[in-house]
Amino acid sequence: MTDLPPTYPGQKKLGLVIDLDLCVGCHACATACKEWNTGGHMAPLPDFNAYGDGAWGVWFNRIHSFEDGEGERACTVHFPKSCLHCEDAACVTVCPTGASYKRVEDGIVLVNESLCIGCKLCSWACPYGAREFDADEGVMKKCTLCIDRIYNDNLAPQERQPACVMVCPTKARFFGDLGDPNSAVSELVAARAGTDLMPELGYRPVNKYLPPRRGRPHGEDREAAPLSAVIAEAQNEADAANPLLRWVDRLLSR
Amino acid sequence: MHPTFSIVFFTTASGAGFALLFLLGLAAPLGLLPESSGFGFVALATAFVLATAGLVSSVFHLGRPERAWRAFSQWRSSWLSREGVMSVMTFVPAAIFAIGWIFFGVTDGVIGLFGFLAAICAAVTIACTGMIYASLKPIHQWHNRWVVPNYFTLGLMAGFLLLDLIIRFWTVRPVGTPLLALLAVLAAWWSKEAYWRFIDTTSAPSNVASATALGSRGRVRMLEPPHTQDNYLLQEMGFHIARKHKTRLRLIARITAFVLPALLCLIALIGSGTVAAIAAALAVLSAAVGLVTERWLFFAEAKHTVMLYYGADAV
Repeated sequence: MTDLPPTYPGQKKLGLVIDLDLCVGCHACATACKEWNTGGHMAPLPDFNAYGDGAWGVWFNRIHSFEDGEGERACTVHFPKSCLHCEDAACVTVCPTGASYKRVEDGIVLVNESLCIGCKLCSWACPYGAREFDADEGVMKKCTLCIDRIYNDNLAPQERQPACVMVCPTKARFFGDLGDPNSAVSELVAARAGTDLMPELGYRPVNKYLPPRRGRPHGEDREAAPLSAVIAEAQNEADAANPLLRWVDRLLSR
Repeated sequence: MHPTFSIVFFTTASGAGFALLFLLGLAAPLGLLPESSGFGFVALATAFVLATAGLVSSVFHLGRPERAWRAFSQWRSSWLSREGVMSVMTFVPAAIFAIGWIFFGVTDGVIGLFGFLAAICAAVTIACTGMIYASLKPIHQWHNRWVVPNYFTLGLMAGFLLLDLIIRFWTVRPVGTPLLALLAVLAAWWSKEAYWRFIDTTSAPSNVASATALGSRGRVRMLEPPHTQDNYLLQEMGFHIARKHKTRLRLIARITAFVLPALLCLIALIGSGTVAAIAAALAVLSAAVGLVTERWLFFAEAKHTVMLYYGADAV
């Protein structure tokens, strides 16, 4: 049934936390996702014209880039986006066949490909664009939160994480149980005021985004020093490298 | 949203078919229509063919049409499933009603009850079709109070225009049907204008700032798209219609769906014989063009929140 599963206190809600301060937009998570999942639970992730003009393919993770603010105050934010495994997942309830479902044990939203009729309604119901249609097989595909990694006994325990989290070179992605208020990810969300995307639609996404902190070097919180002062400081530092000048400096500074 | 022709045809044809069935199931048992078996056959066949053709057409846009039967299973949560179940369920009382009317010339009594039942089922089916769209929160132009009434009034308009045409082969000078058809056209026109006014004067609660959880430093704008080539999301939800074309297509829809059919209904109402019959036929043809245009716009003007991630400031 595509009704949402019953909820209970302390329910496990596996998901991702994405730190927009740390993401450098390298697309490694998207590539690692594609690489793992094209052989994983929802395999394959087809590509058409993969190496030429008009390339078209199914990806579960896409890295958008935005500019927050304008002029000197502006801040470039790289923004990875994949399925948010919503608590109120309309992609599940709109499904006419029962192919789309949310797991009661960990909240992961999946598609049973053998039931999917490819009506695409779930992708219309998702405000975030998390689902992509496999035009080759005629069924819908989506992020599995690497269900075939996180419960995989054949992998070393430290590797039982989604591929996107494993690969991130800046450690901007975190995986854990957001249903447990004492988990590391929940504490991170609390400490950094992690937020929902489009909370006004009421989908209650499990994945959280940590907004960029204010007071970064190029933000409005630090006044830029005049250029002359910067040059003088650099000059001083260069002079300080010379032992003779350092001795003269000390002598004259008395 | 990308206007797929099979879906445009499905909603217009099925809407007209089920609305005609609704009118027949309601009016025939009350003795308001010609009792002739021939009329029953032509009118019901028209309704069945339109409804069925629409449903069959809708199957063609599926990725796996051979599994379409699975769509009957999730009626507890899915409006698409409810629509599927109701559309098929409607055919049961409708078939009994049709057999009674066509083969035994009976439209009252128990057969009449099946007529009423078919009418109720047909109306619920139309409501389910509207709800498929109205239930989708990411699309402001669909998730509003005008969509379901639009589906009803536009369907009823088509049903009345068809009924007024068919009835002319059995009644020399019908008065009720052209008058009601005229009123139905005016009601549909009013509700469509109200819908257009609504989508022109309101916008979705979401914007690029809420979609990205950014905006503390000022305006948020897309710097780079995630990919340089097309993808499923852009093809399906990124359909963009130029303002110029939108205005022109709305004018075409307005004239062919409402203005011309209203004038032709008036001619059919005051005229008689061949002139009135031709007017009624032209009204149906004009409305068919108008409804397809209107339904194409219903998709083309709909904006999905996913476009906020691809450079749209608002949807």
